Formats: sequence, C-alpha cells, structure tokens
Amino acid sequence: MHVLPERNANQGPPFIRLAGVRKVYGDHLAISDATFDVLPGELVSLVGPSGCGKSTLLRILAGLHPHDGGEVRIGSPTHPFDPSRDVGMVFQAPLLLKWRRILENVLLPAEILGLPTAQSKSRARDLLALVGLAGAEDKYPYELSGGMQQRAAIARALVHDPKLVLMDEPFGALDALTREKMNLELLRIWKEAGKTIIFVTHGISEAVFLGTRVVVLTAGPARMADNFEVDLPRPRTLDMKTQERFGEYTRRVYRLLGLE
Amino acid sequence: MNSKLGRWTLAVAAHLALLAAWYLFVRFGEVPKFVMPSPAATLDALLQPNYNWWGNIAVTGTEIFGGYLLALGVGVALALVFTWSKTLEAFFMPLLVSLNMIPKVALGPLIIVWFKYGVLPNSIMAFSIAVFPILLTSARGLREIEPELLDLVRSLKGSRWQLFTKIQLPGALPYIFSGMKVGAILAVAGAIVGEFLGSDKGLGYLMLQVQVTLDTPAMFMAVLLITLLGMLLYGLVLWLERILVVKDARLA
Repeated sequence: MHVLPERNANQGPPFIRLAGVRKVYGDHLAISDATFDVLPGELVSLVGPSGCGKSTLLRILAGLHPHDGGEVRIGSPTHPFDPSRDVGMVFQAPLLLKWRRILENVLLPAEILGLPTAQSKSRARDLLALVGLAGAEDKYPYELSGGMQQRAAIARALVHDPKLVLMDEPFGALDALTREKMNLELLRIWKEAGKTIIFVTHGISEAVFLGTRVVVLTAGPARMADNFEVDLPRPRTLDMKTQERFGEYTRRVYRLLGLE
Repeated sequence: MNSKLGRWTLAVAAHLALLAAWYLFVRFGEVPKFVMPSPAATLDALLQPNYNWWGNIAVTGTEIFGGYLLALGVGVALALVFTWSKTLEAFFMPLLVSLNMIPKVALGPLIIVWFKYGVLPNSIMAFSIAVFPILLTSARGLREIEPELLDLVRSLKGSRWQLFTKIQLPGALPYIFSGMKVGAILAVAGAIVGEFLGSDKGLGYLMLQVQVTLDTPAMFMAVLLITLLGMLLYGLVLWLERILVVKDARLA
C-alpha cells in the first residue's frame, strides 16, 4: 500500500489525466497505453531508456504533437489550464539566446505572450534570485557555467507563471556533482514555486529522488510499464539515497527495465 | 603577449618590418625602379598631378561600396524571402548554388556589352561577385535554429513574426556578418577586374595606363590605394559587427 505524499493529499480531481495515450510515427509506435494521473502540484518523473517515448509524451503534453489515440486532459475545475500560456519548458541544453543578457533571456516567454513588461521584469528578477542567480541579470550566457545557464533556463520556464513545467532531461548534460546539486535545487524551487512538474530523465536514481510519482516507460515495444508513488519523506535529502526504501524503489525500476 | 597592447604592438611591428624589408631589398639589391620602386618612390607617385588620384579613388570607391551595398541588400533580402517560403527556397537555392559556380570574372565582357563602360558595370561586377557569399551564409544562418527553441516558441503559441524577430534574425546575424566579410574582399576584386576589362576611370584603369609607360611606382601606389579602400570597407564591417553582435556569438 502506498500513501500519497502529504502535499498532494485530498486535492480532488487530477490536474492531468492520460488514458491509453498512443502515438504513432508512420509505422513506428512511439508510445502506447500511457495511462496515469497527475495531481496538482506533483513532480512526476518519467523514466525510461532512449526510444521509450518519454520525450514524445512530453511533447504531447506541451501541445506540440497531437496524439493518435486515448485521452489527454489537462486542467480541472479547481486548476484551469490554458494551453497557450500555462506551459513552461526546460530542455537538456539551456538554449539561452547568446545575444541576450540573462534577464532578457528569462523574459523571452513573457515577451512572446505579451505580458506587461514592468511586472514581468520584477518577476524575472525574483525568479533569478529563486534559482540562485541574483546578480547575474546583466551577464551574457557565455559568462555563466553550464549549471548556472540551466538555472537561468528554469527561471525562463517559470517567468510567465505557467501551471505546468515540462523538463526534458534538464540535467543530462551536467557533470555528476552539479547534477546532484541541481536535483536539490529543483526540489527547493518546486516547493517555492508550487508548480506541477513533469520531469523526463533516464536516470533511475534521479527519477526516484525527485518524484512524488515515477512513471516507467520501456522501449521495444514502447509502452508504459509502471506508475507508482514514491513514499519518501520531504524534504528529500541526499542521504535518503542510501536508505533501504529508496533502494527498493530504484530496484523496482531496474527490474522493469531489464537491468536486474 | 596576450595583452591587447602587446598584440597591437606586434601587429604594427609586422607591418613596419615588411616596409623595412622592402626598403632594404630595393636599396641594397640594386633593383631597377621599373621592376620594384622604393617606398619613397612609390610615395612620390602621388605627386604626379596628371594621374588624378583623388578622382580615381572616388570612382573605384564608388564602384566598390556601391556594388557591395547592393550585394548586401539583395543577398540578405533574398535570404529573408527564402526563410519565409520553403518552396521558393527549394526552387531557387539549387539554382543559385549553380550560378555561384560561374566564374564571375568571365561575365565581365558580357556586362560591358549590357551596361557599357563606367561606374555602373564595374559596380555590377563587384555586386555579382560579392552577393553569393552574403546570400548563402545569410540563408544558412536563418535556417540554423535549434529545434527545441522552435518548440519553446510554439509551446507559447508564438507567432512566426516573433520567432523571426526574436530568434531567427538575431541568431543569423553572426552568419550574415561572416558572409559580409568574405563579400567585402570579393567586392574590391570585382570592381578592379571590371576596370581592367573596360573602363575609362578608376585606379584599375590608371594601372593599365601607367603600365604602358612602365611607371611602376604609380602601379604600386594604385595597388596600395585599392588595398586601403578594401581595408576601409572591411574595417567598417568589423566595426558594425562589434556593435551588433555579442562577442560570444561572433563567427571567426
């Protein structure tokens, strides 16, 4: 039996409902039978090997790709969702615009949405402080390290106050130490910002460590293999990774991915 | 020697060294003046009033800068058209790549047939040789957009115009400047070749005139002045790039 993490208890209808979602490219099945719910404010890890369709699923949620079967529903009466302005995205590469200073980079989504400049600027400054980049507003991306650039990319994904943040292996290009640090940072930012986050990764330990819930996808055939809640105390700390229960969760994923 | 001052010193020293080597070679090599004049003799050529230096500089300068500006305008405009229409790009791009293979110098006699002698045909020569690198690199720069950035804009339902003004165009600037630099050098060559082929004014024309009388110092001076015109154009491009393109984004 699993107990819902405390912050998500008694929150009513799910924010995201996926039921039997399928996506086909030509005769290649990119994803099949993806069925899971996400409660408002959850951080769900999508984990699986390359080619399991986790990025495809993310792009379906972002409204970039139509799905070919099943149901995708985002938003609920208590948490309405506007697909044109409620999605924030973070990718593996920071993808900051080289010719813009950090503050201007963070402001990009607000500009595209035509949000009021003064308010967005003040919000961008707050977010840069939140991600630990206070003082870097006027720097250019090349003056920041990879980890710091990714922090700026996270601030950019939050600047228009989206309800849903989609992260596609955001720490995959960072060195192991920076990655651990960014995991802790993300948990802190998530707690402060109170967003629903879908976090795609191929790091099993990372998936379990971050997620309120872990959805496991397998490749060949591409399908959803598991979906479980992670009942570990919050805030998560690095020494939890050495605990028995953490090991049980990661072993559960390893088994599904045929690594044990 | 990493400091800015140190590098400048070395650069100036290299130029002075070449000048000194030239002087010493002529002075002690007993080279006849009609083969290679000394730096002083070259400078003296400027005093020849019947060579109309200023007038010829103005003519060649007009050809270079006129042809270059035309190439810049047409090259970037065509590249922009191509980013807005994939069909037009697919239709014209292979053709342009083929046309680029034409040695533009070979068009010289034709250009003279079509446009007669003078500043216009020589500007067109400069244009025809400078436009391709500008067009091809600009088109490439406008095409090179990270797919994820496209996703980011699309996830916010951003318009194509926003994508263009906020990401594509500023992202293409380093490429455009890279093409502009190559084009600047070629424009100078184009204008001079034009003058060689048929002209009655300009520094290239003057070179042919003084060649007949074996006034080598004047030929040296003409080459020097043409080079200076090229450096002026190239320097202007570099200066503009410095203003418009962030250091990290500049292409070599």
